[in-house]
Amino acid sequence: MKHMMPALLAATLIAGIPAGAQVAEIRFDSVPNALQLPAGLYLGEVGGVATNSRGDIFVYTRTGHPTVTIGTARPFAHGGSRLFQFDRSGKFVREIGKDSYGFMFAAEVRVDPNDNLWVVDQMTNMVIKFDRQGRVAMLLGRKAESVPVPARPATGDGSGQPTDLFTRPTDVAWDAAGNIFVADGLGNARVAKFDKDGKFVKSWGKKGTANGEFADVRSIAVDAQGNVYAADGGNKRVQVFDNDGNFKTAFTNVGNAQALCITKGADPILYVSNSNPPNDIDRDGEIYKMHLDGTMTGKFGRAGKLLKEFGTVNAIDCREENTLYVAEVGNLRVQKLVLH
Amino acid sequence: MKRTLTLSIALAVLAAAPSFAQKKATIENVPDIPFSSVPNFLKLPAGEYLGESVAVATNSKGHVFVYHRSANTRLFEFDKAGEFIKEIGSGYYGFEFAHSVRVDKDDNIWTVDEGTNMVTKFSPDGKVLMVLGRRPPAVLGVQNAPPTGGNAPAQKYIFCRPTDVGWDLQGNIFVSDGYCNNRVVKYDKDGRFLAQAGSEKAGSALGEFNLPHGLQVDGQGNVWVADRSNFRYQVLDNNLKPIREITNLGVGWTACISAGPHQYAFLSNSNPNGNIPGSWDITGEIYKTELDGTVLGKFGHAGKQVPGFQVVHMMDCRNPNEIIAGEIESWRVQKLILQSTTSTAGGAR
Repeated sequence: MKHMMPALLAATLIAGIPAGAQVAEIRFDSVPNALQLPAGLYLGEVGGVATNSRGDIFVYTRTGHPTVTIGTARPFAHGGSRLFQFDRSGKFVREIGKDSYGFMFAAEVRVDPNDNLWVVDQMTNMVIKFDRQGRVAMLLGRKAESVPVPARPATGDGSGQPTDLFTRPTDVAWDAAGNIFVADGLGNARVAKFDKDGKFVKSWGKKGTANGEFADVRSIAVDAQGNVYAADGGNKRVQVFDNDGNFKTAFTNVGNAQALCITKGADPILYVSNSNPPNDIDRDGEIYKMHLDGTMTGKFGRAGKLLKEFGTVNAIDCREENTLYVAEVGNLRVQKLVLH
Repeated sequence: MKRTLTLSIALAVLAAAPSFAQKKATIENVPDIPFSSVPNFLKLPAGEYLGESVAVATNSKGHVFVYHRSANTRLFEFDKAGEFIKEIGSGYYGFEFAHSVRVDKDDNIWTVDEGTNMVTKFSPDGKVLMVLGRRPPAVLGVQNAPPTGGNAPAQKYIFCRPTDVGWDLQGNIFVSDGYCNNRVVKYDKDGRFLAQAGSEKAGSALGEFNLPHGLQVDGQGNVWVADRSNFRYQVLDNNLKPIREITNLGVGWTACISAGPHQYAFLSNSNPNGNIPGSWDITGEIYKTELDGTVLGKFGHAGKQVPGFQVVHMMDCRNPNEIIAGEIESWRVQKLILQSTTSTAGGAR
């Protein structure tokens, strides 16, 4: 018992350190006009940004107008989000999935090691895999047939139905074997695991604050060893699990973790965004750069509306360690950041 | 007691139905300013229509921006002669139910959308430069804004049916917010909260508001607020402390401050949406005043046919002798040529 005290005290102290205390500032720049939109095309709140191996940039954004039809047997909802592709210089290339049944409220877009494109939609509760040509290759989850008006509040303990259906999923990631991990999410509070063919394997987590429980799961990343990093922003931490969902550790000094990205390579880096809430730019907003053991190497940025400031970062692309793309909810934009 | 009760019920009913609100201006002996309406001022391409033309503004080149409620809320740009140039923001996330468009000193175009609760700054060529406020997330389903008390005071960066935007010479941003909040908010040029007057609760004391419906900032940095359901205008200093009120010009729908070294205010006693018989006889006129409150003259009256006004919702008065007025109920923008008041003798208060 006596032995345990210092460790307990230390843990309490670590947990009590405010986000970002005594972490070195990383100098960085934001590239102006990183994306060139054609005249008449606008971004809304940006849920996700990702690059493929050629450097093409994919942006999944809440724009268009989410619509509920009336004068029907039940209210049916459609529209509201769009997926755009830009080349590595930021020039607009094309739209993918126009008028898709699965696009309503953009949560995330990610590119897998084979350059397939994965879209996560928080409102249709679907994860959509597009192949490199932009054809639908696989679907996880199912859109509700009709939308309750007003929306049904989330119920239950957040562990989800014991099925492969989602409630407000936020993100997707893969391990080296191609297993699929879905952050599920803001309605449920669990991580769902599928094999590479989309067969539901298991899920873990429910609402709570204990290890292995979540306030919500806002982002997810998997390292080369298959460990799963889940952004538990509401509990102000990132939890780390092994490939089967056994709790390993948690990083509690990263604030409101909302976006995660792990770089490739021998010495991988984890980026974590302490995203400001959408109703306040006078707090939070910085992004942390750390090693996978939780050691901080630095931080950069703050909440705001100017370049080099962030409005509720919802996604980070880190294909290159020092060239990041960040998707912002608050400022309706994507910034390209160069870290020095 | 019985009488008081009846009166309070009547008052309660009145308060609950502000759309019928009308008020005869109590000021008297105001000279009429002769004016004419330019016929067919705006030329729309075939197949294009204006909806409720609630918002109009000009830039330094005289281009006219109309932010209007058609099937989708849209923003059109016309040249000085009224020829259609282009649409800005088609399909944009921040457009759902138009309320105001204004152009700042650098010709940036700002829209205030009462449906998405967003204020958007567009560059002169139509790129989004900054947004204030946030659209309610669709994933949370269909929501109705509460009739009043939309936000706790701490919601510095969230609006509830905002109505208008203005700037001082330093670039500070002022937003009137709005139908469910009852406040005016000041931000610095980078969009950071500085101060607010009023609150989510409606009130009638100086510095309180009941539907702040229009807003403009004069060259001294004073903030003019059309405090519509209080039937008045309030003038606030740059830190949002009330200076005075104007209570004798009717209902107080919208305010416009002209450009140039000698500024004038134009204040509209617009007729209500929903008119009882006789309503048009006592509403619809627009007042021209000095910034100290001296009333120089008035022009116009309620009516559906040009040059009548059918609920003037917003005016552009960059040139004080050329007023461009957007009307709700006639789906129309009129350009009005006014006789200069420099020759008009006297004034009234």
